[in-house]
Amino acid sequence: MTTYRDAVRTALQTLLREDDRVFLMGEDVGRYGGPYAVSKGLLEEFGEERIRDTPLCESTFVGAGIGAALGGMRPIVEVMTVNFSLLALDQVVNNAAVMRHMSGGQFEVPIAVRMATGGGKQIAAQHSHSLENWYAHVPGIKVLAPATVQDAHDMLLAAVEDPDPVFIFEHQMLYGVEGDLDTKATPTSPWKAAIRRGGTDLSLIAYGGSVHKALSAAEELEKTGISAEVVDLRSLRPLDRETILTSVRRTHRAVAIDEAWKTGSLASEVSAILAEQAFYDLDAPIERVCTLEVPIPYAKHLEDAAIPQVGRIVEAAKRSMGRG
Amino acid sequence: MTLDISRDHGIELLRDMIRIRRLEEKSAELYAKQKIRGFLHLYIGEEAVGVGAMHALRDDDNVVATYREHGQALVRGIPAGEIMAEMYGKANGCSGGRGGSMHLFCAARRFYGGHAIVGGGLPIAVGLAMASKMKGESRITACFFGDGATDEGEFHESLNLAALWKLPVLFLCENNEYAMGTAVSRHVSDRDIANNPPAYGVPADSVDGMDVVAVERSVHNEAELVRETGKPRFLELRTYRFRAHSMYDAELYRSKEEVEERKKDDPIERFQKRLLDEGFISQADIDAIEDDAATEIAEAIEYAERGEWEPVEEIGRHTYARDLS
Repeated sequence: MTTYRDAVRTALQTLLREDDRVFLMGEDVGRYGGPYAVSKGLLEEFGEERIRDTPLCESTFVGAGIGAALGGMRPIVEVMTVNFSLLALDQVVNNAAVMRHMSGGQFEVPIAVRMATGGGKQIAAQHSHSLENWYAHVPGIKVLAPATVQDAHDMLLAAVEDPDPVFIFEHQMLYGVEGDLDTKATPTSPWKAAIRRGGTDLSLIAYGGSVHKALSAAEELEKTGISAEVVDLRSLRPLDRETILTSVRRTHRAVAIDEAWKTGSLASEVSAILAEQAFYDLDAPIERVCTLEVPIPYAKHLEDAAIPQVGRIVEAAKRSMGRG
Repeated sequence: MTLDISRDHGIELLRDMIRIRRLEEKSAELYAKQKIRGFLHLYIGEEAVGVGAMHALRDDDNVVATYREHGQALVRGIPAGEIMAEMYGKANGCSGGRGGSMHLFCAARRFYGGHAIVGGGLPIAVGLAMASKMKGESRITACFFGDGATDEGEFHESLNLAALWKLPVLFLCENNEYAMGTAVSRHVSDRDIANNPPAYGVPADSVDGMDVVAVERSVHNEAELVRETGKPRFLELRTYRFRAHSMYDAELYRSKEEVEERKKDDPIERFQKRLLDEGFISQADIDAIEDDAATEIAEAIEYAERGEWEPVEEIGRHTYARDLS
């Protein structure tokens, strides 16, 4: 068994060992060992040229990563949390996403940017938000949300190999989660959604940290005789519409789970796709389980109430089944 | 002071400034005729900066420029036709019609674009320099930006990062005294912009940006110091924009008298007079340069007119390496 954290580190090591163009930079990735201890030990193995502790300047170190990618390197940039990444959003949206386009295809930005996302650790309203949907809105970049240990490893390898800018969102509650890691296995395409649990009555569609809550909810639902399928979106841009549609066309019911706020969320996008392309296959209104429309509170009971929990997913599923 | 350059080089510098001036004048005309649309930021008045700097850099150096970059692009070697076609939005433009006036790019000439988010090009330049350093290349990265960019956080962050990591970046601040419509005195607490970089350990100097020879010499010296030391340097080029910020600008923020007064120190007229006074050139030489420029621009327009519009079916190209839709 390997932790999610170690899986990311293993991928980093592989990349750094195999490709001279690869380097890692970000706040406290070196001597500190990474704010989530992901890059612990890498400085010792690879040195300061390739494991770079940056000053606190998200906009400029993400921008420098873009520049280094333009210059032929394969930078991996770590941003401590998605909340901090907002300082770099200009570089992401105005540079990384458009460089290929604005230059008529002459330049590309093969950068991989990793960051922690999500709530659950009582670190309040400036460290807990899920803003993956902001990124997934933007053409020109790709967005991944690894939910499993295997994906945490494989998706980083795929992101660095990709010729386009790829953003990886690692849910902060997952770093300590254990799972199987097979570094020799042929990786599945990161751009396809995965069925994490088969079911026949309804589809629970989630990504990142919410996948595990959806799986727990499916177990509870099974006890009440409801067979729930769990779809892990994995890639948030591009979205794998086909897998979503195929699942719902089979189950005829859908609950979209997203730790972002409901308004304008990826759950909204999934719902719209279903409404547009599977309307006549639906036997019940689409349900969305998202974060309440408040900043994430500090107090434990309020934080728990704000973000999607197994109980709320179960309730939504039962409503969808007409058993609410 | 006598000119310490060769006659041929003097002619070269004058020729490039005139090429830019005529390209820009024609662009304004074509804008009025609606051949060029969107934003158009003219370089008229600032030619000595682009010409002097471009002549001082090496072909394999990287260049990052701003949205007022037609001049730099032209002297860097992007053909006038490709620039014009880009402004037309044609597929034979230097960015395939996807960029327009503000986003001229050319991979072959290491011209990393026209950037239209003020200050946004600086981190890119820092990253390009980082790549060169890590790959052991001798090229430097020259980054143009205006006085307005020095207000942005990315300016300060980029100076700090480039100095901290000892990266070969030449920061070229084109101070034309206005951040769009806001005068330097109204947007920078210390009007002497070159006072700032030393606080980050970046040596800084200023030069008369209306004197093409002085610009070339200064940029050359600074560039070679960056190359030798591998560390960043900063040069302020003091210039003045004779035309409006863009074609939408009614210029309410400065007086006509001020502009007329400043136009008396025209970088082209100044240099032309010097070359004539020194006996480097005759009126016939100037006439020949003007004729050549007129021909070049006429051909550029023809090239743009002849260009094709990219088929709408191809709109999905260049968003990703492979179309995802």
